[in-house]
Amino acid sequence: MAATTLIPPEVEKVGDERVRLAGAWSLRGLAPHLATIRRELADQAATPVWDLTGVRVMDSFGALLLWRAWGRRWPQAVEASLDARQALERCALAKGEGIPRPARFRPGDFLALVGVQGLLFARHLMDFIALQGQMVLELGHLLRDPRQWPLKEISANLYKVGVKAMPVTALVGFLIGVVLSYLSALQLKAFGADVFIVNILGLGIIRELGPVLVSVLVAGRSGSAMTAQLGVMRVTEEIDALATMGVSRHTRLVFPKIVALSCAMPLLVLWTSFVALLGGMVTADLQLDLGYGFFIQTLPRVVPIANLLIGLAKGAVFGLLIALVACHFGLRVKPNTESLSAHTTSSVVTAITVVILADAVFAIATRSIGIPG
Amino acid sequence: MNNTAPVVELQGVATRFGENWVHHHIDLAVPRGQILALVGGSGSGKTTLLRHMVGLTHPTWGTVRLFGEALSGGSREDQRARRQRFGMLFQHGALFSALNVFENVAFPLRELGLVVEEELRDLVALKLALVEMRPAQALLMPAELSGGMVKRVALARALALEPELLLLDEPTAGLDPDLAAGFVKLILGLQRQLGLTVVMVTHDLDTLAGLASAVAVLADGRILTHGSLEDVMAIDHPFIENFFRSERSLHALARGRGNG
Repeated sequence: MAATTLIPPEVEKVGDERVRLAGAWSLRGLAPHLATIRRELADQAATPVWDLTGVRVMDSFGALLLWRAWGRRWPQAVEASLDARQALERCALAKGEGIPRPARFRPGDFLALVGVQGLLFARHLMDFIALQGQMVLELGHLLRDPRQWPLKEISANLYKVGVKAMPVTALVGFLIGVVLSYLSALQLKAFGADVFIVNILGLGIIRELGPVLVSVLVAGRSGSAMTAQLGVMRVTEEIDALATMGVSRHTRLVFPKIVALSCAMPLLVLWTSFVALLGGMVTADLQLDLGYGFFIQTLPRVVPIANLLIGLAKGAVFGLLIALVACHFGLRVKPNTESLSAHTTSSVVTAITVVILADAVFAIATRSIGIPG
Repeated sequence: MNNTAPVVELQGVATRFGENWVHHHIDLAVPRGQILALVGGSGSGKTTLLRHMVGLTHPTWGTVRLFGEALSGGSREDQRARRQRFGMLFQHGALFSALNVFENVAFPLRELGLVVEEELRDLVALKLALVEMRPAQALLMPAELSGGMVKRVALARALALEPELLLLDEPTAGLDPDLAAGFVKLILGLQRQLGLTVVMVTHDLDTLAGLASAVAVLADGRILTHGSLEDVMAIDHPFIENFFRSERSLHALARGRGNG
């Protein structure tokens, strides 16, 4: 059997009326000679008598090649072994045209596409609001029945999104502090306004940069993980398994994530702002010879405590938004890999956008609070 | 290429997962054209052995040879060509969830790069007809298929490249008896026409009796016996007693022989 697969396939014209085929008409046998065989078959297509008795093995690829060369009908006479004949008969029954083709894109479809996108957006918005409502109801339930609090899940999530995020947020925060301080120092030196570096770093980092920076990092790190986790649980039917056991996915999966991130984010903001200021302080010392003591004494004087509170409040709100967005997308994942990746991407992009929007709202709402002078 | 060598050859294979030795010392040779059923208790490492054969996992000790050559030997092209000579049907189908039925079956053919688009459609239609799927179902996504349909599409995909060796992991689990019988006929037909070699892991005695030309029993981390069903059944061992000679098993075996 194996030896026959090595015999190359042949098309041989015998007289005017007869074509003799020989060798291995299998995918592996044909593959090296495919172009030649195709051409030879096309040349002989009109011959009435086909002698296939020399064919040692014929699989469906070989049979199909021949069948198509014949123009999808039997020639006048075919001499073949039973196996080859059966393979050809199967080809005769199978029709590629039977497979429906996906519809082509027409100009009119563009309008439909826009409409579908609009409806989809509305749908997202409604589901997102419904999710928020669900969380409020969930909270109500849990307040009435405190034994139901998913404390273990909350604690596990706190560790995952909070503690484990500390190194990366610290590294990024420190570097941003250094860069910001260095660039500001260059400018301030020119004006002889060295001491104002404390104001710039203090206000900028504590009020604005800290919360936004952490949000972007957390959205990319924890938001995507939440979406992917819920998505994979949907793909592997774990969410359905929970539901059949009477365990609410909202209580056990969504609520702990939202609580944990809302609690962890202000702490992360505090931590990152602290490290960023440290970075700024070190650079200020190196660049402008502003001592650590001076920096630490001046900071509380030029940056009112309200800024810190605003920063922490932002952290909590951003955390809530990121977790809500992540869970919203996670629960919409359909059971296939394509949907999983698309939703994870959407989750991160949407979370960051929403955070920036919320930050703008914060900026307007708190414009008269905590700005000295 | 060596044509007299067994299609699959395991020599002194031992596998360890953590502290747990799954296989102690396994020697197994599957000659060309054999349909070998690998049976054994749950957790006896049948599927792991199958995965060793296709190179998804590597044994801790020992060698695996396919078609007389080491699986990872030779150049990149050689390895690729060797991998196109066998097809595997995974236990849960392992269809690509982002592709529809047609694209799933067409995928290995497209990768080969020899087939033109119109031929491709005919070939896929042929393969789908082989596993009794209607052409109208070709645009369905895997998530929309029933368990049995997933199995059949996966088989069509495994057969797409006209493999010489077919590895089946629980091929009839999740199929109704009627389809399972049809499946047995299909594999037998292919085996006769193309000289297919088949290695399958199965718990389904109907399938085993109808299909297998040899049985290998995996127990206690080694191949207890490898031979015809009659020979295997005659051996005195608690697993064989339970698996083959219980009242239920004897009925199933008799039924399976009828189908085959």
